[in-house]
Amino acid sequence: MTSQPKQQTNSNAKVIGRLMLVVVGMFGFGFVMVPIYDIFCEVTGLNGKTSGKRLTEVLEVDTNREVVVEFVATLNEEMPWEFRPAVDKVTVNPGQPTRITYVAKNVTNKDIIGQAVPSVAPGKAATYFQKTECFCFTEQKLEAGEEKEMPVIFVVDPDLPDDVTQLALSYTFFIKPTEASKTASLAHN
Amino acid sequence: MSAVIEEHHDHHDHKPTGIGRWLFSTNHKDIGTMYLWFSFIMFFVGGSMALVIRAELFQPGLQLVEPEFFNQMTTLHGLIMVFGVIMPAFVGLANWMVPMMIGAPDMALPRMNNWSFWLLPGAFGLLIASLIMSLMGMGSAPNFGWTFYAPLSTKYGPASTDFFIFSVHMMGISSIMGAINIIATIMNMRAPGMTYMKMPIFVWTWFITAYLLIAVMPVLAGAVTMMLTDRNFGTSFFDAAGGGDPVMFQHIFWFFGHPEVYIMILPSFGIISEIVPTFARKKIFGYSSMVYATASIAFLSFIVWAHHMFTTGMPVAGELFFMYATMLIAIPTGVKVFNWVSTMWKGSMTFETPMLFAIAFIFLFTIGGFTGLMLCIAPADFQYHDTYFVVAHFHYVLVTGAAFGIMAGVYYWIPKWTGNMYDETLGKWHFWLTTISANVLFFPMHFVGLAGMPRRIPDYSIQFAEFNAMATVGAFVFGFTQLIFLYNVIKTARGRTGVKATDQVWEGSHGLEWTLPSPAPFHSFTTPPQVK
Ligand SMILES: [Cu+2]
Repeated sequence: MTSQPKQQTNSNAKVIGRLMLVVVGMFGFGFVMVPIYDIFCEVTGLNGKTSGKRLTEVLEVDTNREVVVEFVATLNEEMPWEFRPAVDKVTVNPGQPTRITYVAKNVTNKDIIGQAVPSVAPGKAATYFQKTECFCFTEQKLEAGEEKEMPVIFVVDPDLPDDVTQLALSYTFFIKPTEASKTASLAHN
Repeated sequence: MSAVIEEHHDHHDHKPTGIGRWLFSTNHKDIGTMYLWFSFIMFFVGGSMALVIRAELFQPGLQLVEPEFFNQMTTLHGLIMVFGVIMPAFVGLANWMVPMMIGAPDMALPRMNNWSFWLLPGAFGLLIASLIMSLMGMGSAPNFGWTFYAPLSTKYGPASTDFFIFSVHMMGISSIMGAINIIATIMNMRAPGMTYMKMPIFVWTWFITAYLLIAVMPVLAGAVTMMLTDRNFGTSFFDAAGGGDPVMFQHIFWFFGHPEVYIMILPSFGIISEIVPTFARKKIFGYSSMVYATASIAFLSFIVWAHHMFTTGMPVAGELFFMYATMLIAIPTGVKVFNWVSTMWKGSMTFETPMLFAIAFIFLFTIGGFTGLMLCIAPADFQYHDTYFVVAHFHYVLVTGAAFGIMAGVYYWIPKWTGNMYDETLGKWHFWLTTISANVLFFPMHFVGLAGMPRRIPDYSIQFAEFNAMATVGAFVFGFTQLIFLYNVIKTARGRTGVKATDQVWEGSHGLEWTLPSPAPFHSFTTPPQVK
């Protein structure tokens, strides 16, 4: 009986130690969910995220099938450019590389660097939408008042599920935060 | 006996006096009492907010409050009821009952116990301070709903969101410490012979709940930490402009949020599993299946979170997975309901207030379970999502489920706590008024929800007017009925009911807690009892 309290203190310390490990681990797990979520979306193409990789191989063209691809341009709220697709939509055969352009114009009087983020709807078609060339692969810099044509060359994979007849490719242009704008937005908060 | 007294520095049954008794308390009963009173006070605070909401919704159109204030009411009502009422009440009951049920003298970590309680008034003080500032015209209290979805709570959140974040951090630390304490107590403090499979079901449900808390409260802390850095330190976890993703917030939040709903119901399952055998005068039917069912519910709760997110544009495969996984939970839950009913089957039942609440729990919680099944069907959820049907569902499981379980537990154990029987007539009044008004309050919400009335909006189309008026009447009756409960508890605690409780209290009660005198002595089992 007399030795029991000491034993208990020891095993209490052990229990606390183990449980604290779980606590710390689960706190970390919340943060690990961030990269896992990105990898998961990229592997599965969920969330409309297309792969950021450039397609290098040549696909066979399926001339018996036509898919309509529509183009959408969006600006993030802090981005002061003008941005639109040159054509609203095109009809393509799966496997056929197609070149289209977007037009962006910096209407301010200072140079701005932007980054476009693509998204494809419906989400399940995202992994079948491949790009061989895209202005979204790198940052784009527009000088004050400059207008630029921004090309995209894409291929719709012939394995695209049969029920998908229409795709929408959407780009959102984000302003690349400079050090100055970061402090400004902090002060604003 | 004498050996034990030497171990303790304070003397037997010599209680410290004055405010210090409560501020520095390390006694499981005193801390349990503080948790229960804290929860009771918060119940009236959060309840008043519910009445503001229902008063505004009595008629279509905007009458009483500004929409902006309405949003603050729905947010704070939810946060207070979840984190300030249900969870502290359960921890209070665990503090009181777990050591007595397993034959321990106190909790394993009494000082941590003190700290985990005293963090709570701080946490809710901060949260309520944001409301007071809002009432004084200084900004807005949190107004983004209790689920605080980004970017509503990050980019568009009011300045008081940082108060909210810190408050959630404190609640989280408090819950984690409470859970560690309960696990350590159950693992290390059981009386000789009290094997795991002999523990009362209430102890089992709390044991499992404590593990859930330890697993998911840190995830919630992580989510609010990401909010904090997004808001103040230029990170972009949830900001698409910086490469983040607002939908990820929902994944992290509901990874916490779904186990959280089981944290708020499993201890009530435990309470009901204690009460039903006592008043049916039979042993619980299917003890081990109860334990395994609780464990399976806890396990499944980790793999169903995205059923809250069917409308975020998930692929069909994801919807099907989360839909079927959620449906699976109905099986262990059904086992429990079956066991409770089988325990009553051919029992010699009497219907004292705890039993009435327990039976109402079984019936009404099951209704909430069925609407849960309806909601988990992904295509149907597209219709029900964010309507009053969801509000009806979770109020059936949380009010007529979790809260009824707590009320049943208070009536069941208060004679042991105070040494006095409560006033049975008042108890019956409380029960009937509460049960009827709760249904008048929440049942019509099913109908307006199915007809498409959105939740969290202070105005609605006129075709919903009758059912909303009905719900508001129910809400006010429900709210004021709780004053009967308060009165009954105070009357019992002060010994004004004039009926002393015996040690066993109830004719059919079994278990170690009923072998102690009533009221339970300041230190429970100074010599461990032997369990056969
Ligand atoms: Cu859930």
